[in-house]
Amino acid sequence: MLSRTADSLYWLGRYMERAGNNARGLQVTLRMASLTGAVDRRNNAWRALLTVSGAAPGFATTGQELTQDAVVRYLAAEAKNPSSIRSCIEAARSNARAVRTALTVDMWEAVNETWSESRRSTDDTFTPDHLPAFLDWVKSRTVLFNGAYADTMLRDEAWSFVRLGTMVERADNTARVLDVHHHALMGAEEGGTLAHFQWQAILRSVSALRAYHWVYHARLDPQRIAELLILRPELPRSMVACYARIEETLDGIATLHGGRRGEAHRLAGEMHARLRFGRIGDIMEGGLHEFLTATVNRNLELGRQIQGFYLQA
Amino acid sequence: MTTTTPAFDEMTADGLFRGPYAEIARWLAATPREALERRRHEAELLFKRIGITFAVYGEGGDPERLIPFDIIPRILARAEWESLSRGLVQRVKALNLFLLDIYGAQEILKAGRIPAALIRQNEAFRPEMKGFVPPGGVYTHVAGIDVVRTGTNDFWVLEDNCRTPSGVSYMLEGREAMLRLFPGLCAAHHVAPVSHYPEELLETLKSVAPPNCPGAPRVAILTPGSYNSAYYEHCFLADEMGVEVLEGPDLVVENDVVYMRTTTGPQRVDVIYRRIDDDYLDPKVFRPESVLGVPGLMAAYKAGNVALANAPGAGIADDKAIYPYVPEMVRFYLGEEPLLANVPTYLCEREDDRAYVLDHLDELVVKLTHGSGGYGMLVGPHSTAEQRAEFAARIKAKPAEYIAQPTLALSTVPTLVEKGIAPRHVDLRPFVLCGKEVRIVPGGLTRVALREGSLVVNSSQGGGTKDTWVLEDDPADVPRVPATSSQSQGQSQC
Repeated sequence: MLSRTADSLYWLGRYMERAGNNARGLQVTLRMASLTGAVDRRNNAWRALLTVSGAAPGFATTGQELTQDAVVRYLAAEAKNPSSIRSCIEAARSNARAVRTALTVDMWEAVNETWSESRRSTDDTFTPDHLPAFLDWVKSRTVLFNGAYADTMLRDEAWSFVRLGTMVERADNTARVLDVHHHALMGAEEGGTLAHFQWQAILRSVSALRAYHWVYHARLDPQRIAELLILRPELPRSMVACYARIEETLDGIATLHGGRRGEAHRLAGEMHARLRFGRIGDIMEGGLHEFLTATVNRNLELGRQIQGFYLQA
Repeated sequence: MTTTTPAFDEMTADGLFRGPYAEIARWLAATPREALERRRHEAELLFKRIGITFAVYGEGGDPERLIPFDIIPRILARAEWESLSRGLVQRVKALNLFLLDIYGAQEILKAGRIPAALIRQNEAFRPEMKGFVPPGGVYTHVAGIDVVRTGTNDFWVLEDNCRTPSGVSYMLEGREAMLRLFPGLCAAHHVAPVSHYPEELLETLKSVAPPNCPGAPRVAILTPGSYNSAYYEHCFLADEMGVEVLEGPDLVVENDVVYMRTTTGPQRVDVIYRRIDDDYLDPKVFRPESVLGVPGLMAAYKAGNVALANAPGAGIADDKAIYPYVPEMVRFYLGEEPLLANVPTYLCEREDDRAYVLDHLDELVVKLTHGSGGYGMLVGPHSTAEQRAEFAARIKAKPAEYIAQPTLALSTVPTLVEKGIAPRHVDLRPFVLCGKEVRIVPGGLTRVALREGSLVVNSSQGGGTKDTWVLEDDPADVPRVPATSSQSQGQSQC
């Protein structure tokens, strides 16, 4: 496969996943803001969301005051923010268009229709009354896209690179969501309404609130939340689940290429092993924030290695 | 305003329903307008969903547009097509022989059949190609010959496109749309298929593999990228042929061999169907600032390690200043009389021609010698005195940049427009493939000028397309029964 094709497929996967993650983040924060708006006078929830999305420095350059409306617009619609939902959809579509022939018709239509629909959004779309519908729509479109490629693509290189993109982006997002809220998970406060909202928010951000109850049959508890999101393989957005998919996918590509492997493969294997055999008690003891920061950095390095080995070869 | 003779209507000329359209005439009379409108809407949705667009930049609005597709087909009977295609094969053979000669011994210049000055001063002539024989001796592997019609047996070649003619994807997708929307109507005709075009193209490309090709030739398409107006077509053809679509940076040349960069390392490429202009092909030979091309590509080509289709320099054969001499090429190289007529053409750089053109601007179509796409054109009978004065000044200032031709009353075909079904002017671009042998799939792309009375069919100027049916039989004409003909036919708008 052409390196440029692999690159476009990989970023198609990443951008579609990012659009969905942003929509989840916004949805959760919106909910939290409407529950805790009276308490959260400094808009901490919105500040945290900017950090999760890696958009805080970009937002600062706009010189705008940090308000709900400004953050929503920056993360959902702003063309200058390369990770805003609309920018992600735009980027996903232009990557898809560049490799039109490597996609199935269903995938292309999922991306193309999402794109043409998102271009019809107006200022009004991002007002508090209309935003939830838009976010629901974005989520459903990314789920459709994931389903389209899971259901219709040959299990070949093309599929592998889209999936790799999805999983690298997803692992990164879960680590960031946890890290931004690590205070709420490590803090001394036992319960407390605000903390409870935050715990819920973390779980909702990765669509795992229900899953938590199914797995633990117990009250929300910070250590269990961290365990669920980091170490439980049955949660599809947990870090270990993402890394299992990443390792498996990279292995699959290596097999197709007659065993050709590089640093990306070693790193993915190492990360997966740590998560697979790690214990939550050890992680909390060593410092959740330290663990997550190290993970985010390794994830970045993995992305660089994939880029160098396959995509810009 | 001059009056031109009424245009030849392909359905209703001679007061009859002409044979190829007899069934269509019945169908149009029997189908309510709303049903047609609904189908047209469905066709539009279909094209939108497939993403078949072309790009127009610099006019504001959405740069990715749909070319309007008209659901009423344009139909040729078998005998009409057979005589047309014989003429096309003959013409393309002559064009290729001309190219081989003009970059070789230049016998045709020595024989005085084409003025040498026309070649010497021509930017389309590529001195880099002198003395080089492309693999298989072919220069123009895919030629689009634009043909117009003015009467039952009167077909004229309006221009040749020997560089990178586009539009074949519309021909193929248009047919798919018709088969989906009107299966019954299609079944009622014996329509010759076109869907094997990509296979024919692949065979053609493989047949011109370079001398040093190590095994089964690997074919690829080279595109300027996703912002090119024909990008959809590049991907479509690649997909249909099962080959890669490459951009310049995907290719690297080492020791005069061309490789594409893949996830498993470099892989050799043998035949490149390039849809990039000569100027941008190789920054080492042509424009040095080109980032679309591949440095070293021409050296690999000259070394016999890769084939390029169409060959660089093929543009000299479709130059508008050379066009008047194509019939002469047929006589010179093939020793035959041309089967297809040229439109009489006045080269403004010739003093006599210029004087005539300036005197008859209100009757002529004036075109840029090196232009394309219907830009920078004057259609005399539809022009204002002011426009004519402007063109007269331009022609006097730079005569070599202009040619002129009589305004032909292009044939019309019934077309679904705002007001109902009305005749609109059409042309036809058949695609002629030239490798070890010459192949044409029956038909081509019919372009239709959707504006009432307009003679300009280019998509950038408000033109649309129609599916072109070549029938495998020759149906008889049927008399028109006035009661059943609910359409307003036969009135020319010129």
